[in-house]
Amino acid sequence: MAARERLVVIGNGMAGCRAVQEVLKRDPGRYEIAILGAEPRVNYDRIMLSPVLAGEKAFADIVLNDEAWYRDNGIALHAGRRVEAIDREARTVRAEGGLEVGYDRLILATGSDPVRLPLPGADLPGVVTFRDLDDVEAMIEASAKPGAKAVVIGGGLLGIEAAYGLARRGMAATVVHLMDVLMERQLDASAGFLLAQAMAERGVETVLEAQSDEILGAEGRVAGLRLKDGRVLPCDLLVMAVGIRPNLSLAKACGLATGRGVVVDDAMRTSDPAIYAVGECVEHRGQCYGLVAPIWEMCRTLADALTGADAAWEGAVLSTRLKVSGVDVFSAGKFAGGSGCEDIVFRDAGRSVYKRIVLEDGKLAGAVLFGDVADGGWYFDLMRSGAKVADLRETLVFGQAVTEGLRGLDPSAAVAAMADEAEVCGCNGVCKGTIVSAIAGQGLNTLETVRAHTKASASCGSCTPLVEKILKATLGDAFQFQTGPKPVCGCTAKGHDEVRRRIVAEGLKSMPAVMQALEWTTPDGCPSCRPALNYYLLCAWPGDYRDDKQSRFVNERVHANIQKDGTYSVVPRMWGGLTSAAELRAIADVVEKFAIPTVKVTGGQRIDLLGVKKDDLPAVWADLNRAGMVSGHAYAKGLRTVKTCVGSEWCRFGTQDSTGLGVRLEKFMWGSWTPAKVKLGVSGCPRNCAEATCKDIGVICVDSGYEIHVGGAAGLHIKGTELLTKVATEEEAIWTICAVTQLYREQGWYLERIYKWMDRVGLDAIRAEACDPDRRRVLYDRFAYSQRFSRIDPWAERVAGRDSGEFNPLTRRMEFTPMSKEPA
Amino acid sequence: MNAFVKDPTLWTDVGAVTDIPVRGARRIPTPQGDIAVFRTGDGRVFALKDACPHKGGPLSQGIVHGHAVACPLHNWSIDLSTGEPLGADRGKGCTPVIPLRVEDGRLLVGSV
Repeated sequence: MAARERLVVIGNGMAGCRAVQEVLKRDPGRYEIAILGAEPRVNYDRIMLSPVLAGEKAFADIVLNDEAWYRDNGIALHAGRRVEAIDREARTVRAEGGLEVGYDRLILATGSDPVRLPLPGADLPGVVTFRDLDDVEAMIEASAKPGAKAVVIGGGLLGIEAAYGLARRGMAATVVHLMDVLMERQLDASAGFLLAQAMAERGVETVLEAQSDEILGAEGRVAGLRLKDGRVLPCDLLVMAVGIRPNLSLAKACGLATGRGVVVDDAMRTSDPAIYAVGECVEHRGQCYGLVAPIWEMCRTLADALTGADAAWEGAVLSTRLKVSGVDVFSAGKFAGGSGCEDIVFRDAGRSVYKRIVLEDGKLAGAVLFGDVADGGWYFDLMRSGAKVADLRETLVFGQAVTEGLRGLDPSAAVAAMADEAEVCGCNGVCKGTIVSAIAGQGLNTLETVRAHTKASASCGSCTPLVEKILKATLGDAFQFQTGPKPVCGCTAKGHDEVRRRIVAEGLKSMPAVMQALEWTTPDGCPSCRPALNYYLLCAWPGDYRDDKQSRFVNERVHANIQKDGTYSVVPRMWGGLTSAAELRAIADVVEKFAIPTVKVTGGQRIDLLGVKKDDLPAVWADLNRAGMVSGHAYAKGLRTVKTCVGSEWCRFGTQDSTGLGVRLEKFMWGSWTPAKVKLGVSGCPRNCAEATCKDIGVICVDSGYEIHVGGAAGLHIKGTELLTKVATEEEAIWTICAVTQLYREQGWYLERIYKWMDRVGLDAIRAEACDPDRRRVLYDRFAYSQRFSRIDPWAERVAGRDSGEFNPLTRRMEFTPMSKEPA
Repeated sequence: MNAFVKDPTLWTDVGAVTDIPVRGARRIPTPQGDIAVFRTGDGRVFALKDACPHKGGPLSQGIVHGHAVACPLHNWSIDLSTGEPLGADRGKGCTPVIPLRVEDGRLLVGSV
């Protein structure tokens, strides 16, 4: 066998070892390989030093290639041997201790050195960089001192990860950054702001636009950092994380072409054809790289070149992820936009989510994501593929699932990979396996039949998309997604929008008229469509349509909430959450008089009386009415509560009379029927004690007026509201809220909460109607007209005798006479 | 099967058909629990024990549709003529049927 070519690698870091791995993968026997490294260790994942510093990983967890790897692959490892010179004529490298190794091909993977700022005091003990395990060990040691403080110079990726790690170790950490935005090379100002906030929550202070002047010492150790503006930040540890510089000394000394890094061509070859370079020491097409993904690409290209394949690398689009627990940041490409670029921005204040997608020439040019980075990889793929994304424009910012889901593509292969025991429907405890076997065993092929047979998605419905995906995965093409609008129910093929439109357009004013005109396929509908039609008719013809109580779900028919044992709960209204001694006394008396077993304070600032017998309801209501209390409609698809804080009347932070506004809103809006329940909240200041930003409609009072928020939820789904508009006066706030409510009343599908309606029609569409003064006026007037027939206490009506049959047995003749004797 | 379905020996007048709302129900307390009497959209009347075979929910409080009622607790649909659950819940128990006849617009409930 002919002698193998000798491949020598200078640098036992990530790039050097990865390049060797790639070569071995392609042609394991081709080279006799030697690796020389300056660090006296095996190869480890430098990227993961941050989690090691933070105590989230141990060194053993981040070792990439242990000694066995070198041995098994016949690689000679010379660890702790710094290479001193390269002799290109003789093709040898000379290392510390007189070691000389000959090569046929040489790879430079010398990496980079951390930049040390030439500040006075930079050589004091306690001043470190953040580059290798020795640095990390020094930092961990410093953090062991109780009450120790750290200053990190540099608010880039590395500096932030260092500061976070030190804070996790118990140090008070401060990041000092020259620029006005953290990670300005990866983030725009909005995301940088959120990052500074998130870091503050994790115990890391940020000082921006701060120029370091001098490192101060005391007793021969670092004691603080003085800034140019004179401020002094005391510290026991100072970390310089201001960047890296490619390590060029060997390349320069042997006369290779260098710029900022060792210059290579597209096949990773230096100016000497026998010498290659990869990693952070490289300059390729004028660009240096410090991130792992492009370096892996370089290694693959280099391995191709070394094993005789065609190799050409054209450079990389960069993406970044920050490794700070709970702070999700992703950035790639031209994240900050620029001329000729178009931005799509999405914000969710409640979740601290910020997304910015940059388009250029109809292609994705960059993205910065904060708080929700699940789609980072997808955006990155779109960027690299250079695909035209004009068609996806509307949904792009919402991510892959939404975008592809809407287009009927297979949204995720993850469904196929789900275990059979994985729970799909939490309400009914249905696992994937149950659904799959029901589909197969009973020949089911629609969502409705799966729902009926397994109960999956039959309760809250939030797992419906998942059930559909399982159907799709199980049946393939045999499963047809519902096309066209979703039918109201099994009695018709028509969707909610069409039904609502035709009720108005054709003047249909009764349920039989609707069922006739719209060709219902059942005689008198079903429990799904009847309540919906009853509401649509009530909303379309206020004062004209007579409510059909037989089409009401029991709670709305009886004006109380049915409980599991057939008793009911009673919730009197407490306007804006206010009550009084007289009301409380009346409630106490009712509880004793009717032996009501449970009295509970609700989340909506009211009192719930549980376990009332149906026949007692009118008498309970009569007593409550006498104390001035009316129905709280806690059972209604309608206005429920208006939760308030005490506002400017009592609170030292209150900016407006939030309680008063809440009471006014509730007194005007109570009794209104809506597609689904509506809860309001009014907070007197942005501290938001009334939790207005998870209500259907919320008001945040500020000094200069009232912010109107819509579309929150805190039930099946958790969702923060979105800001609709800001108005200056209480009157305008009421007009706007009533206009939004009326728009929702007229457009919402039955049982569709405001946030879902908003998702469907879009916040902009709502804003165009409810914030334009003329349109707002028209909507408000329609709401006010409808309220003329709604602000009537249903309890008082029933106390006066309405629907008496509802609360009395048909007869009591059989109550005490045994109907039969049990068979002997 | 159960005492209710044996040939009744006693018929009790419990009220007029018109005392029950169309597409509605009323209940009759008895020592063995409530009876639910239903009147459907096409004018027929039915009586069942007022308890869903699922969790005992009061069927008299449900929405009457066709010849069925939807239990107010978990929305099972029960066939008014047989007391059996419809659709996917078919075969999961049965609510006893109560003998009922109409004479001159009066409702008569039968018992043994």
